[in-house]
Amino acid sequence: MGSLLSACGINVKKKKVEEERHLRANDREFNLSFKYANNAIKTSKYNVFTFLPLNLFEQFQRLANAYFVFLLILQLIPQISSLSWFTTVVPLLLVLSITLAKDLSDDITRHKNDNHVNNRKVEVLINGELKSEKWMNVQVGDIVKLENNEFVTADLLLLSSSEPLNLIYIETAELDGETNLKVKQALTLTGDLGNDIQKLAAFNGEVRCEPPNNRLDKFTGTLTMRGETFALDNERILLRGCTLRNTEWCFGLVVFGGPDTKLMQNSGKSVFKRTSIDHLMNVLVMFIFGFLAFMCTILSIGNAIWEYQEGNSFITFLPRADGANASLSAFLTFWSYVIILNTVVPISLYVSVEILRLGNSYFIDWDRKMYHVKSDTPAQARTTTLNEELGQIKYIFSDKTGTLTQNIMTFNRCSINGKSYGEVVDFAGQRVEVTEKTEKVDFSWNPLADPKFCFHDHKLVEVVKSGSPEVQAFFRLLALCHTVMPEEKTEGELFYQAQSPDEGALVTAARNFGFVFRSRTPETISLVEMGVPTTYELLAVLDFNNVRKRMSVIVRSPEGKLTLFCKGADTIIYERLHPSSSKLMEVTTEHLNEYAGEGLRTLALAYKDLDEDEFEKWKERHHEASTSLEDREAKLDTIYEEIEKDLLLLGASAVEDKLQDGVPQTIEQLAKADIKIWVLTGDKQETAENIGYSCNMLREEMKEIFIVAANTAEEVREELVNARKKMSPESGDEPPIEKSRLLGKKSQVVEDEKVDGEYGLVINGHSLAFALQKDMQLELLRTACMCQAVICCRVTPLQKAQVVELVKKHKKAVTLAIGDGANDVSMIKTAHIGVGISGQEGMQAVLSSDFSFAQFRYLQRLLLVHGRWSYLRMCKFLRYFFYKNFTFTFVHFWYGFFCGFSAQTVYDEWFITLYNLVYTALPVIGLSIFDQDVNDRWSFQYPQLYAPGQLNQYFSKMAFARILLHSCYSSLVLFFIPWAAMCDTVRDDGKDIADYQSFALLAQTCLLIAVSVQMGLDTYYWTAVNQFFLWGSLSVYFAVTFTMYSNGMYLIFTSSFPFIGTARNSLNQPNVWLTIFLTTILCILPVVAKRFLFIQLKPTINDKVRHKVRQAKAVPPPLPRKFPRRRISTRRSGYAFSHARGYGDLVTSGRFLRIPVKSRPALFPHTDTPVADSTPQTYRTIFEEAQSP
Amino acid sequence: MKNEGEASEQPDNTAFTQQQLPAWQPILSAGIVIPGFLIIGLAFLGIGIGLFLTSQTIQVLEMDYTGVEKDSPCFQCTIQSVQNCTCEVTFSLSALFTGPVFFYYGLSNYFQNFRKYGVSKDYYQLTGDTQYFKSPRDVCFPYSHDSKNNPIVPCGAIANSMFNDTFELYQIINGTKKKVPLDGKGISWWTDFNIKYRNPSSVNGSFASAFDGTVKPINWPKAAYELDLTDPNNNGFLNQDFLVWMRRAALPQFRKLYRRITEGDYAGGLPAGNYSLTVHYNYPVLSFDGRKKLVFSNVSWMGGKNDFLGIAYLVVGSLCVVMSVVMLIVYAKFKFSDDDDA
Repeated sequence: MGSLLSACGINVKKKKVEEERHLRANDREFNLSFKYANNAIKTSKYNVFTFLPLNLFEQFQRLANAYFVFLLILQLIPQISSLSWFTTVVPLLLVLSITLAKDLSDDITRHKNDNHVNNRKVEVLINGELKSEKWMNVQVGDIVKLENNEFVTADLLLLSSSEPLNLIYIETAELDGETNLKVKQALTLTGDLGNDIQKLAAFNGEVRCEPPNNRLDKFTGTLTMRGETFALDNERILLRGCTLRNTEWCFGLVVFGGPDTKLMQNSGKSVFKRTSIDHLMNVLVMFIFGFLAFMCTILSIGNAIWEYQEGNSFITFLPRADGANASLSAFLTFWSYVIILNTVVPISLYVSVEILRLGNSYFIDWDRKMYHVKSDTPAQARTTTLNEELGQIKYIFSDKTGTLTQNIMTFNRCSINGKSYGEVVDFAGQRVEVTEKTEKVDFSWNPLADPKFCFHDHKLVEVVKSGSPEVQAFFRLLALCHTVMPEEKTEGELFYQAQSPDEGALVTAARNFGFVFRSRTPETISLVEMGVPTTYELLAVLDFNNVRKRMSVIVRSPEGKLTLFCKGADTIIYERLHPSSSKLMEVTTEHLNEYAGEGLRTLALAYKDLDEDEFEKWKERHHEASTSLEDREAKLDTIYEEIEKDLLLLGASAVEDKLQDGVPQTIEQLAKADIKIWVLTGDKQETAENIGYSCNMLREEMKEIFIVAANTAEEVREELVNARKKMSPESGDEPPIEKSRLLGKKSQVVEDEKVDGEYGLVINGHSLAFALQKDMQLELLRTACMCQAVICCRVTPLQKAQVVELVKKHKKAVTLAIGDGANDVSMIKTAHIGVGISGQEGMQAVLSSDFSFAQFRYLQRLLLVHGRWSYLRMCKFLRYFFYKNFTFTFVHFWYGFFCGFSAQTVYDEWFITLYNLVYTALPVIGLSIFDQDVNDRWSFQYPQLYAPGQLNQYFSKMAFARILLHSCYSSLVLFFIPWAAMCDTVRDDGKDIADYQSFALLAQTCLLIAVSVQMGLDTYYWTAVNQFFLWGSLSVYFAVTFTMYSNGMYLIFTSSFPFIGTARNSLNQPNVWLTIFLTTILCILPVVAKRFLFIQLKPTINDKVRHKVRQAKAVPPPLPRKFPRRRISTRRSGYAFSHARGYGDLVTSGRFLRIPVKSRPALFPHTDTPVADSTPQTYRTIFEEAQSP
Repeated sequence: MKNEGEASEQPDNTAFTQQQLPAWQPILSAGIVIPGFLIIGLAFLGIGIGLFLTSQTIQVLEMDYTGVEKDSPCFQCTIQSVQNCTCEVTFSLSALFTGPVFFYYGLSNYFQNFRKYGVSKDYYQLTGDTQYFKSPRDVCFPYSHDSKNNPIVPCGAIANSMFNDTFELYQIINGTKKKVPLDGKGISWWTDFNIKYRNPSSVNGSFASAFDGTVKPINWPKAAYELDLTDPNNNGFLNQDFLVWMRRAALPQFRKLYRRITEGDYAGGLPAGNYSLTVHYNYPVLSFDGRKKLVFSNVSWMGGKNDFLGIAYLVVGSLCVVMSVVMLIVYAKFKFSDDDDA
């Protein structure tokens, strides 16, 4: 399954623009003439022959590698070459081969995936026979047969299906992440072909349609058959990537194959995300190039002066080319120094950065504390290049459903006839917290009960069993008034297909309490009431819509009694109650408030007995209204209004939108880490607000929660400004804009504004649309960023992305978007970091995400632990890496002044080659993979530790400048101490020690020991591996040095190892060691002193916590386990049907009452399902919204 | 993505994957840093005193004989036209110059560390590989062939510029000169003499024949096989003076060992008295403002005289001690309190 979509990554190139697709069924010859792509896909990049040349070509396009080659060319010019070729070739080869190996393994995986997908089998109609064919051999124009639970082979035109009305059901989870089934319907004409192979083989319809494109929600084309032309739209098309469900078989005509399918056309546009450190590094690299040029210029000027003053007279001893003059010499020297000083440009840095990011990504994958046992899903770092950014998040944009909540509704409480049920109390009458262990109500008396249903209050069952009429009426209503579809595969095993989980929960509750909804036809609803099968005649459905906020059904009981059952938002129902219910209303209102305070979604239920005559009259008028051509909706509404009055209140139900585990705690932790959380949800305002409260985002302690819900642009602006003025009266009208200094980029960065106290903001989708307009978006941004929590409700996927984009563009902050569904894809892709909730059926969000895990609560671990560590490690790594390379290089610079600016290296060439690759590589990688300031528990204990990352404190231009100065100092020490110590001195036997080779050895040993000790100073967390790497590297240095300076090496490779004997002759001298010791101490002690004084005088949060850890010596106290606080509120929760469309559409369409009663074969009882007559669903994708202005 | 019914995806529970490797987590606490500084400071002071005192015991006698000033003894040799110039430098010692005494010549403003100078030699020639006698490597250019295109052996700038002043030392006792024996053996590195440089094997018993078809370096008065005709072990590429010269200096001011005074009456050092040094002045340095020096020195365990290390240790040591006091004061006064919640 994954292989199908792992295809992401390559964009299919079109040879020529196809304007229209024209194909004929069962006519391969005709179709082949157009050279349409067949159904084979290719996501791999290389084959055996192209791998090496193509890959190398790609690699050399990278700046770093190109720079290596440039250096290599310079080194091959004898006049310039100041270093042997191997100093460049060895690292280059290493880098190239590592990348080569990685690309190779990636491509092999892709090849395997391609093969796997291409070799799937499908039945294809060839020459009048069904043959099993590989997917890749399927051609445009072929007719294929799909069976239940099979993947759709290509983009197909649906011809016929096993189901009545030529319907099929598909699941589009792979495509857009939505798990509910969708319906597609074939044209009646083609549907008649059935599964008659002869007819199908004779079918020769011609299809003309749009060329391949990536729009999942749209298809236009025509089918011409026997001279007749039929329009084709998206309802007839099955897209590759979908799965056939609940359908025995279907036939389809291949329209687009392989790379032309919409799935493939949609892949490969993934934007390459880069972290802010990457951007900073690019800036720094440019600066370093400049700095390199600057150093080389100084040295070449020095060379010109030297040549002019000394060189000419020194001619006796120097080999000089004819015609050499000072300026030519200076020019050549410039390039020679470019070679020598090339190590300031951190080329090997890029490789190392990739390695350590990969390492830190593995730690995320490996973390058992982010592994979800129930769904067997470990966390996954899908992008391995963004880790350190996780430590810098300032804004989190979260989806609600499926992310904060489980999208599971549970029937939790109800109020029936003034009595509240559902609460568990102990003997003392105290409320008990419901946990896993709380005893559940036993529903075994009801054979049709849903075993998964949990309820904890035993009283309710007793009341139901005792036959209380109100309670029975309550559940009867729940069993009758809904649009749920039942499915009874085997006797007694009922499944409900509910579009909205709320409805599902309510009907399931009724089922368990003995009012089992068993089946329905357009005219009847069959229940099993307390074990007795009962059939109600369904006379009318008064459907739900956003204005009415209620739905009703009118049924006739077996006894012939006419009743209207109505459920809806409490406020709406209350307006329509009979005065006799007023007393009950008061009690129920109290209960409703209580439920709402707990964040439950409530509904009020009422009924009314109808008079037969009255109903007949009403029915007539209803018929008139429903058949009228003008203003039908409005007329129907009025008709409904007429009958839905004088209702008698039954009670109220409360459904819990279950939060995922640990959501409130996580949000609290993240808030402590000064991360602002914005919830962007498609839900209604009331629902969203409720969730905001129940997950601790909106808090009672907040000074105010602003609600922006206006209908015009001006009103929205006014409300935003008012809110802002309230929070910060002195804030000016003009946003405080920090002009970005980068030339050519007109980015406006809005600074943060100070606010006292905490505020919240709720804004609805309508207002958001206005607020996101160009002239108002900064206003929105200012106001919203002043608030602790922001909730945007009723937002479209596109708006989600716009909000993220707004913050990303105008705030100097790192954003993270987290979501689970297809509607979150756009924001996940837009944000700096996208996180997908995995382990559920939909994959779309995960596939476009950078990180994925199963539960929202893992976010705190991802950010506060992994993110923080990654950031810390990355910054430490960069700081140290720059330090060691600058120090290394600057010594050459100083030496230039003592060697006639001749581009003489200080160190042995082999040392230069191996310094970055061998001697210092592993310790710094060890540092950047294992280091942690404090362990994970302390990181949770002090979320404030997260702040330095948000403020970019560990690595910035300032930090870089400090490194530069530090390196300058160190290199001065490392050059001038050996210089002074060796000047005019000799060995203890009077022989030479101030010779070039001994000096080189001394300088390089000093350098290596000094940077190693510096590394030790930077390491907070000394694992055995760190120790091993550090000591190992030093030992390797000495071992390699002694080996390379040995007699044997010289005798074998005479000209490569001229340093023979140097190590033996100079490392046995006490003054050499005293010099090494002195330089090391002089490099390190000032750093120690500075750090110590800073810890004392200006301790950072980090220092404080580390100090605390040291004192505590043990693990931190476990976090106090807080029970979610009860909110006492007068807030009234609204009627909350699920936000999802779906069967809601069906109901709204008003067609339900007008189902034409056809005579159907009894074989297919399902046909009566309203689904059969419903408008097939369109895909909800981001493209849908993209169209609307 | 789940694999159908396969093993659980649960990550392994190891200290490594869970990032819980046992680790030592040192912090810069006052208890370590302040005493640390003090101890290092005291240690440095101790080493510094030792080094400084040692350095003071080393005797050094330096004489510039370039002949820049008109009244200096070698002035007449600086005039270009004079050939085979000899000059005499006199000095007197008021006390015994303890032996063994090392006799150095020193050059300053002389860039043996110039890159192109440094690479200008042929390692293969110098290992006695006669193949390279015929065709010296390109790096030797322009000292690889003479004007008649004969290969030069040893080729390259370093060899070509070999220092060729020679010295004789006399002690003047009652107006008569007594020659001080100078020991020129073993003044180069053991590895240079035994491994790195080797003479070509003699052809037909004649060492000089090995050099047939080659010419001497342009600046040399005599060929490599004539450097010391008295001692075959000190001839050719194994000539000690040649080896010393070939080990090029790191800095533009350097000294190189010329001879040791270890024999005869002078084994214990140079006694007090007057000395005369005869210089065969051949080596021109004035053109590039260079200087030539004569240095007599003895050594200690820490090598030649170098006050720098001792002083540096003393300075750093005292700074450490001062720093530890400063840090102690800061710590006592400003130490951040633990009670404010981090």
